[in-house]
Amino acid sequence: MAQDALQQQPQFQGDIVESGLLRQLKWNIQDTLVIAWRNLMHIRRQPRLLVLSTVQPIMFLLLFTFVFGGAIEFRFPGDNYINFLLPGILIQAVIFGTTQTTVNIAEDIQKGVIDRFRSLPMGRTAVLAGRTLSDAARGLFVVTLMLIVGFLIGFRPEGTILNIVGAIFLAVSFGFVFSWISAFIGLLVGDVETAQVAGFIWVFPLVFASSIFVDPSTMPDWLRGFAENQPLSAIANAVRGLFFGDVSLQTVLLALAWIAGIFLVFMPLAVWQYGRSTD
Amino acid sequence: METIVAENVYKAYGEVQALNGVSLSVPKGQILGLLGPNGAGKTTLVRCLTTLLVPDSGTLTIGGYDVLTEKDKVRQIIGLSGQYSAVDEQLTGRENLIMVGRLYHLDPANVRNRADELLAQFSLEDAANRPVKTYSGGMRRRLDLAASVIADPPVLFLDEPTTGLDPYARKESWNFIRKLVTEGTTLLLTTQYLEEADYLADNIVLINKGEVAAEGTADELKANLASDVIEFRPEDRDQRQAALEAVSAFGHDDPQIDEETGLITVAVDEGSKSLMEVVRALDQKGIAIGDLSLRRPSLDDVFLSLTQQA
Repeated sequence: MAQDALQQQPQFQGDIVESGLLRQLKWNIQDTLVIAWRNLMHIRRQPRLLVLSTVQPIMFLLLFTFVFGGAIEFRFPGDNYINFLLPGILIQAVIFGTTQTTVNIAEDIQKGVIDRFRSLPMGRTAVLAGRTLSDAARGLFVVTLMLIVGFLIGFRPEGTILNIVGAIFLAVSFGFVFSWISAFIGLLVGDVETAQVAGFIWVFPLVFASSIFVDPSTMPDWLRGFAENQPLSAIANAVRGLFFGDVSLQTVLLALAWIAGIFLVFMPLAVWQYGRSTD
Repeated sequence: METIVAENVYKAYGEVQALNGVSLSVPKGQILGLLGPNGAGKTTLVRCLTTLLVPDSGTLTIGGYDVLTEKDKVRQIIGLSGQYSAVDEQLTGRENLIMVGRLYHLDPANVRNRADELLAQFSLEDAANRPVKTYSGGMRRRLDLAASVIADPPVLFLDEPTTGLDPYARKESWNFIRKLVTEGTTLLLTTQYLEEADYLADNIVLINKGEVAAEGTADELKANLASDVIEFRPEDRDQRQAALEAVSAFGHDDPQIDEETGLITVAVDEGSKSLMEVVRALDQKGIAIGDLSLRRPSLDDVFLSLTQQA
């Protein structure tokens, strides 16, 4: 009997590491950092991608300030449009940035890189967490750059340092949770060509029908209801309020609630989709 | 002890039955060549065995672990080199190996040494610090192979490791694969090339349209599914008929003669033994012969006959 039981033991007992919870957590973090390192190396090896992806939001900033700014200030005399625009356009910048995530994930699937990762004894969340983490790092870089350019063309925040740090934190963390949505879409479509459109197209109405560029109160009723209550407006309002030290706790909590809500829905959804076969 | 076991594996993609009840097993330390044409189901089976794909039904175990319920354990003991080189274009060769090593949770201090060792073993030292996008197809494949063995996994899967390589790079890859499996590694290798299975594998499973068509060693397949062939030509034209009669007792079919060239072919079971008998019989009748040869059947003969039947 004992002999039989022994023979049924798996062959590679010695090589297998039984993973306790703590060790699993440690590995998950390590794997996540390895993947994040890999993604950041991509940016380092192809700096023109980073340049291109920062030129776009800066162009938006300049175009909106100088093309529409005059018209908007004409309608609301006394307002300084750049002060209204810049906090919003930070949100637009981090969100447009994460659409690249959809393409990157699809590319990894197409090239078989995801298959290799899935055949390794890695933490289940590491590939996606590493991706969204490196996105957040890129988001922080873009936000910093936009603030510098904004300052040069007349943006003057009035909040305390703590307020401003809070505003940057909100913008970057919203980008982080948003890239879980982008990653999920990338896993769903699985090929680069589709991802290029699928990652981007739905973001446009979301960005424009919000309080990012203009006050939704000027919009027609049917649109205003959506624009005032959608998450991008909640984040933009909180970020804007923080930059000018003029924000209610409720506004900040609403923004945090959206961030937490999106994360809690799309993180498990993306991890689940990653675990499924990609055929 | 069987290290890789697949039993009655079924997998359909919509209407297409990719795997139609495939069973195979690989004993510890052996190399199995999974041979079949495009679309036979080779890659699907490898994906099932390497936890990437869940079959519709069937049992799969690696090293005694159930592939479906003990994924995490299976992933610790397997290495996979897929059909396309899944190496990172932007990273250098060394960085690729270090990344995969870290993801196998190897000790960080050892990963670098192991990476350098493999870069040397796979003749990639000179390119070690160049981004992979500058590599040739053969170099990518080699790097991919190196990545799959960085953690010294006891079980290795190579899915068409030489597809798309030129003949020179292919021969080179064979040598590297041979080196990989010296120390008791169990290997399942898929290929469309008979020569490759013949050269590398201990056992061959021929798969066609999702079913196992034949299995055995290369020699067994040749012996069972195709015959040795003795070919000779009588020197004297007039003795052709006499020669045909002299050898008619050997071989399982009647000897054939090519009227143009006078070449007589006899299909026999045991080539070298029959050859002696044929020569003796001809000698007794005083028939002088030229151009005598014994030809082993090629795996191509086996492969073609099996895949054409189906």
